[in-house]
Amino acid sequence: MSHSFTLDGQETAFVPGQTIMEAAQAAGVYIPHLCHNPDYAPHGSCRVCLVGVGRRQVSACTTRVMEGMEVDNASESVQANRRAVLQMLFAEGNHICPACERSGNCQLQAVAYYTGMLAPHYPPFFPRRPVDASHPDFIIDFGRCILCELCVRASRDHDGKRVFAISGRGLASHLVIDSPSGLLGDSCFAAADRAAHVCPTGAILPKHKGFERPIGERLYDREPISKVGDLRAHEDEVD
Amino acid sequence: MGGPSVSEVQGFVTESLGLRGRAPEHLLQHLIAVQQRFGWVPPAAVEALSAALDVTRTQVRAAIAFYAFLHDRPRGDFDILFSDNITDRMLGNQRLLGLLAEQLGMGTDATRADGRVTLGLTSCTGMCDQGPALLVNGRAVTALTPQRIDRIADLVGQGVPLERWPGEYFRVEDNLRRRGLLLSNPVTDGAGLRKLVDLGVEPALADLERSGLRGRGGAGFTTALKWKFCREAPDGDRYVVCNADEGEPGTFKDRVLLTGYADLVIEGMTICAAVVGARRGFIYLRGEYAYLLPHLESVLARRRAEGLLGESILGKIGFDFEIAVHLGAGAYICGEETALIESLEGRRGVTRKRAPYPVIAGYKDRPTVVNNVETFLAAARVVQWGGYWFRGEGTDQSAGSKILSVSGDCARPGIYEYPFGTPVHRVLTDCGAERTQALQISGASGTTLTPADFDRIIAFEDLSTAGSFMIFDHSRDMFDMVQNFAAFFAHESCGFCTPCRVGGSLLHNLVEKVAAGQASEHDLGELRQIGGVMRLASYCGLGNTAPNHILNTLDKFPDIYQRRLRSAEYTPSFDLDGALAEARALAGRDDAAAHIADLSPEDQSETEEAAV
Repeated sequence: MSHSFTLDGQETAFVPGQTIMEAAQAAGVYIPHLCHNPDYAPHGSCRVCLVGVGRRQVSACTTRVMEGMEVDNASESVQANRRAVLQMLFAEGNHICPACERSGNCQLQAVAYYTGMLAPHYPPFFPRRPVDASHPDFIIDFGRCILCELCVRASRDHDGKRVFAISGRGLASHLVIDSPSGLLGDSCFAAADRAAHVCPTGAILPKHKGFERPIGERLYDREPISKVGDLRAHEDEVD
Repeated sequence: MGGPSVSEVQGFVTESLGLRGRAPEHLLQHLIAVQQRFGWVPPAAVEALSAALDVTRTQVRAAIAFYAFLHDRPRGDFDILFSDNITDRMLGNQRLLGLLAEQLGMGTDATRADGRVTLGLTSCTGMCDQGPALLVNGRAVTALTPQRIDRIADLVGQGVPLERWPGEYFRVEDNLRRRGLLLSNPVTDGAGLRKLVDLGVEPALADLERSGLRGRGGAGFTTALKWKFCREAPDGDRYVVCNADEGEPGTFKDRVLLTGYADLVIEGMTICAAVVGARRGFIYLRGEYAYLLPHLESVLARRRAEGLLGESILGKIGFDFEIAVHLGAGAYICGEETALIESLEGRRGVTRKRAPYPVIAGYKDRPTVVNNVETFLAAARVVQWGGYWFRGEGTDQSAGSKILSVSGDCARPGIYEYPFGTPVHRVLTDCGAERTQALQISGASGTTLTPADFDRIIAFEDLSTAGSFMIFDHSRDMFDMVQNFAAFFAHESCGFCTPCRVGGSLLHNLVEKVAAGQASEHDLGELRQIGGVMRLASYCGLGNTAPNHILNTLDKFPDIYQRRLRSAEYTPSFDLDGALAEARALAGRDDAAAHIADLSPEDQSETEEAAV
């Protein structure tokens, strides 16, 4: 017996147990997201994948599809809330796209464009977070971290290392590194770790290369993220 | 000022490991013990705990940074935190803090250079009916007056240890003003439990169903259903958790229940254990109530001795149930049941994804019933006296009674128990509230009511409440409440999801902008917009309800905002003159020409005309 739900008015098939995100992806429908990565357990923290279900808005990555469910992935009210969430992320960190090596290959930037965000909107917090350049192969710019915990999850669940964790609470929440000095160079982090390649922003970057492909010709400069998908599918080009 | 030696710290940690256990979930309890012993958590303790418990040192540090009562650097020998709920402010806590700081020759948020004393503020400590209150090294001091502050300054100045402070400072009154269905009789001799053992679990569950009892923490989920779900979950360990993390500003009924009715609460937990088949339970007690720990431990010990707890309860083979008390360490979010479970497991109190709900996957991913203190108390009586007895009071959808914590502007603050369906004005009359301007019901996350609402009733179908009932008379500026709550929610957001983490601070900053007289009509629109996003998009109830007080007061008390606005349609969020401060410092200038004048809109238009 086949199961179906309605996605933006379209009858869509799903397999019981699938989340809205999984069912939409299987049907070729893009739902914007940042903390979601199918290699790891759903997280639900960034709130970018909001979809309307009845009078509520839920995160598509953590909500299971039910038979006959009506999901709104396209209305202006849904898109406006996603945009507001992205504007909050931009206000929280230091996201200066023109000066960032990841510009054009950045999911945060690409998803912001997708939701129609063209200006930062909220007053920026300008956090003072020092860069960690202690590792021979990688650099961490904490100012660009959006607390999606993908590196935390990749290091713990895939690499078996627990290099990263989130500390503090509220707006003072921040990424920390497990080493005696708190520096990446002092930890067991390695360039071959999955954790080195899952960051959706420019917070974790490889050293010794930069601007190999000019801004304007990069992945999301050429095609929107809704067409080409996450960095995960384009690692050769990006790393 | 020499800190403890490494060997001293290591010795204490070793002792604590023997006492509390060596599993990762014991981390938080060890950290609290270390904090209490040394006044902070020294690096040697971080290393020792990380090595012994199989958690990374980063996880240990992250937990310390999360909980407000844990510190990674030394605090003063006397660590004094003034409770800073709006009700404490209405009773003058800020003035008293200023007074104490002055007498001690220090700032209001600082540690004195000699390391003798630290002063600061903390979220509501649950003493709203006998405030202003403070915590000194975790112990509650109530009913503060200028005289008491003078005396405390002397005691601190002379370094008198807490054990030799006057006992009356630490006295906490019950202030039980109105006893109803549950409070009229504190006595239990285990009758409910006996009935359960004699008749079996099915009749008890049937009585619970008949009673219509719903959770008293605010959400109102049917208790019998929750217990049934847990009971029917696949085989294996189950847990019963009593949520005594009463953090909602203005709530203090659980403190009174755990003081005078602990036996009944524990009996309710034990009955629940029999129904769902649990062998272990926890009371998660908020850190502010740590002074209740010895009392609770003694009640647990007595019940063990009486055969009402432990192995083969009331002689029934296989009916084994043990309860441990776990302390919180200053985190409002841990009142949310999934965050509470994370905290019980020793981690930062960050909410979990739901579903699965705790009844399916809770503590250690096993089926877990989490209920409020008042719910367990009611359940014990329901099983003892029957579902109809309970059903006889209240409304169709809200059976039984509700225990309220009444504070603020009234003659008789304290605990009041009413049948559900009681109108708000009845409570106001009984507690001696006069010239009431507003009522904040169900705490900072609740609803702001005006006199037009006072005919509404306390019930799940109308005014659903966890019991906080804060009264404001006409002398109050309701904006003080908004400022207090906005700061509270920015401080208490766990930081997991974007809307609550960032939105809460954006709201706080905007409220401060209004307070400073710098805001415009545009900013009020922003408050509504951000509040709307938080309501819809946040991950858990904390974020969903955090903007309520702002959205409510924008509608019901627009004047408190309007009269603070600058007349302009839009004022920038940045301070142009302030931005030049660094340049002035570098140039060594501070004359008038080095400043940009603060132009009022009228001046601005004149300048523009002049320029034309």
